Amino acid sequence: MFSNLSDKLEVVFKKLRGAGKLSEKNIKDSMREVRQALLEADVNYKVAKRFVQAVQEKAVGEEVLRSIEPGQQVIKIVHDELVQLLGGKAEPLAPIEKTPTVYMVCGLQGSGKTTLCGKLALMTKRKNKKPLLVAADIYRPAAVKQLKVLADSIAVEHFSIDGAKPQEICKKAVAYAEKNFIDLVILDTAGRLHIDDELMKELEEIKALVNPDELLLVADAMTGQDAVKVAEQFHQRLSITGVVLSKLDGDARGGAALSIREVTGCPIKLASIGEKLGDIEPFHPDRLASRILGMGDIVTLVEKAQENINQEQAMKMQEKLLKAKFDFEDFLQQMDQLKKMGPLDSLLKMIPGVGKALKGITVDERDMERMVAIIKSMTIEERRNPMIIDGSRKKRIARGSGNSVQAVNQLLKQFHAMQKMFHNMNKGRLKGLPKGMMPF
Amino acid sequence: MTIMFGTFEKLKKSLSKTTNRLMGQISQVVRRRKLDDDLLDEIEEILIEADVGVSATMYLIERLKETARERKLTEGEEVLAVLKEEIATILSRHPSAASIENNISPVVWLIVGVNGVGKTTTIGKLATLFAHEGKKVIIAACDTFRAAAIDQIAIWAERSNVDIIKSQEGADPASVAFDAAKAAAARSADILLVDTAGRLHTKANLMEELKKIRRVITKALPEAPIYSKLIIDGSTGQNAISQVKVFTDAVGCDGIIVTKLDGTAKGGVMIAVAQELEVPVDFIGLGEGIDDLQRFDPKQFAEALCSDA
Repeated sequence: MFSNLSDKLEVVFKKLRGAGKLSEKNIKDSMREVRQALLEADVNYKVAKRFVQAVQEKAVGEEVLRSIEPGQQVIKIVHDELVQLLGGKAEPLAPIEKTPTVYMVCGLQGSGKTTLCGKLALMTKRKNKKPLLVAADIYRPAAVKQLKVLADSIAVEHFSIDGAKPQEICKKAVAYAEKNFIDLVILDTAGRLHIDDELMKELEEIKALVNPDELLLVADAMTGQDAVKVAEQFHQRLSITGVVLSKLDGDARGGAALSIREVTGCPIKLASIGEKLGDIEPFHPDRLASRILGMGDIVTLVEKAQENINQEQAMKMQEKLLKAKFDFEDFLQQMDQLKKMGPLDSLLKMIPGVGKALKGITVDERDMERMVAIIKSMTIEERRNPMIIDGSRKKRIARGSGNSVQAVNQLLKQFHAMQKMFHNMNKGRLKGLPKGMMPF
Repeated sequence: MTIMFGTFEKLKKSLSKTTNRLMGQISQVVRRRKLDDDLLDEIEEILIEADVGVSATMYLIERLKETARERKLTEGEEVLAVLKEEIATILSRHPSAASIENNISPVVWLIVGVNGVGKTTTIGKLATLFAHEGKKVIIAACDTFRAAAIDQIAIWAERSNVDIIKSQEGADPASVAFDAAKAAAARSADILLVDTAGRLHTKANLMEELKKIRRVITKALPEAPIYSKLIIDGSTGQNAISQVKVFTDAVGCDGIIVTKLDGTAKGGVMIAVAQELEVPVDFIGLGEGIDDLQRFDPKQFAEALCSDA
């Protein structure tokens, strides 16, 4: 996401960088373009206006105009203002200290509440704490079952009462949690319109009954100008403690993300970046600002690698790489780890410069699966020593994996290219990448 | 068409639920004002805030200026009438042909869209609407991905008393589509409504899956007309344009259904979509009730937006 906005800003910045000297007029012109780019990205009209004014005020000062690289200075001002707009520093979720801690999740229909609840539960479980998923959406057909299926799929506890009101369900769930050593209660409420008085009252009542430690509003990243109104209304009635942005893996230009914080003062705490339950990350204003401005986000990438890659395996891998003894067995292992880190294209975009290079190319995760299938059709011996794969072996592998011989050839070619790359890496040419990660 | 009765009232009511309706705001802004640049700026702001988008807004403002010059308009209030006309004109450019009358049955509607826009709910409403008209409806539960999606659509099928073809979660959606297509032919259904899993249009593999579903239906029912209907959440911003483009590339897009217009979102992005792409709006969704789905009428829509609360 944000790629469209990034592209537009890139054009503006290119002009700025190119200019040796900047005049007030240069800056005004480029700020007009920045404003238009923001509006096209669904940034709230007033927010866009204020943003551009703030940048302009700071940028026309003598200091900037007379500096050696005025263009760079302006870009830095835009970056800093963006960070401010997005909330300054990252705001973590309320810690799970007292038992039970209660998180309440609310939002419009279809914003992604139930999926978020599943993600929160998995996050909690990974920290070796015990979550409880509570189905408080009694209106949408099969919503209760959806949550139950999610809970079962990650083996966490699930709570629902047939025929009860949401208020009662939530209250009893918390009581149940107290008795059963649950660390975190996650309340999945029904989707509702912010102007639906009756249903908003229901949320107020639930809030009063359970006194949640975290009251999260889920906002769809593709929402237009209405995002701000929705967040304002929810905040007014419920004093929400944080916002979670969902569906950030699409190509939305992120106007909602850029406006909600500024208008409501509520921090954005999490970003949901994929369909799998592991696809969620803390929201870091500074890193996002860098991503919007096309500067990549290596910090998040490294963190993801650390979270998902087994350190011991990584060390072994490192040794193998140093000795240039990398084979298809290791390759399989790497694929596996990479998959855990999230959607491939969003990972790649975090590497500075790669986002731009990949423009227009879509990364198909099934290509990876195809590769895995081919490798799994090889014998152990072939995996360890790919050099022995001749014509007839290729034919067998192709048949076994349901691919063409060309596909097998292509994989072998890629493998050799990769070995070459590792060779270079040993010489220290690709130091920027996290330990144990393959430089795809 | 008893179901159409009272559409206008409902539409007006829904669109006037909030005090800051698009035109309500504009009509206040233009009251007793002379037409000048300041006024145009304010109108521009209101249009942008209604998700009309930068280029469609610029176009509308230009048209206002031109028309004002031609007709020698000076009063702000005269501008409102022109704006109404212009919006209706843009929205009427690609008239909807949402009829399912056909010599060949069944007609197939492939319902597609991103996650959480209301595909399943809309199918429930469409099924009811067509069943009311005396048509034989079959639903294909091809969202085999989302947990409990099959149960959800099955409940809707029961409510509207129509047949449903389903499999288990995780099954190949294309195979469900194939079975449903065959069943639709065997039971001589008038219309087959195909529910699909929500997918972000940026996921290439999921878009391929959608193409496969369409291919399989074509194979099972070579004679049947297949229409892809894209569901768009009414509060979506300019991303709607990208959604229409990508879904059109994958499986075509014969019509749009805009949902959730009973909130504060004005669905102004429809104007942007109509301005930029050649796809008609067939229906709009105005609430969660089973008969809250209305056929889209551009003039009525512009009129309802403009009338005072």
